[in-house]
Amino acid sequence: MANTYTLIASSTVGSGGAANIEFTSIPSTYTDLLVKVSVRMTSTYDLFWIRFNGVTTNLSGKSLQGDGSSVASYTVEPYGRGQSNTTTSNTFSSTDFYVPNYAGSNYKSISTDSVSENNATQAYAALGAGLWSSTSAITSIQIVPNGGDTFVQYSAAYLYGISNS
Amino acid sequence: MPNKLIINCETGEQTEVELTAEEIAQREADAAKAEADRVAKEAEDAAKAALKQEVLDKLGLSAEEVAALLA
Repeated sequence: MANTYTLIASSTVGSGGAANIEFTSIPSTYTDLLVKVSVRMTSTYDLFWIRFNGVTTNLSGKSLQGDGSSVASYTVEPYGRGQSNTTTSNTFSSTDFYVPNYAGSNYKSISTDSVSENNATQAYAALGAGLWSSTSAITSIQIVPNGGDTFVQYSAAYLYGISNS
Repeated sequence: MPNKLIINCETGEQTEVELTAEEIAQREADAAKAEADRVAKEAEDAAKAALKQEVLDKLGLSAEEVAALLA
């Protein structure tokens, strides 16, 4: 159970959009990290990835996803659902990435809970269990849209530090 | 080309930084791969739908009737 829950940093995308969102110089003084992401994309793609320390390798995971009419499981690195430009206007998805013991020397697990919003049949809800097979402490986090996409204005990300004492 | 949004957690400063040539090239490669994946998935979905209909036709059943049987 968290003893303290502290907002470390927040970001909101401006009018020019953003190719990605990156938190740098993350302090090592917390126990766990929680990244809350709410985004919309400029194109028809609606996925984004989480990366650590600028590294794109050694990421793995399993996800369970429903889309309003079916359920599927995937073997894929941790991802979040965004909002494509075909979904209901002015709506943004909601995703949590929880990373326990981010500053330790063990591999880092990532728990994902992600939903998209759409006033139509197809909307996504995904749960994921991921792993970054690295012994490095996490000092930066990148939120990267799939397919070279862009986050639109008012997309936002929040980084929280959780301490257990 | 959009910039990347960097937030320094020590200072709280938020800055927009131009992508490097390498990052731009990576975005373009990602875009090409995503499009190829989308096309491949569409083809796979179409093939699955065709196979499913073929089986339904052989059985002489509708999808709703099969769903009722399996419920």
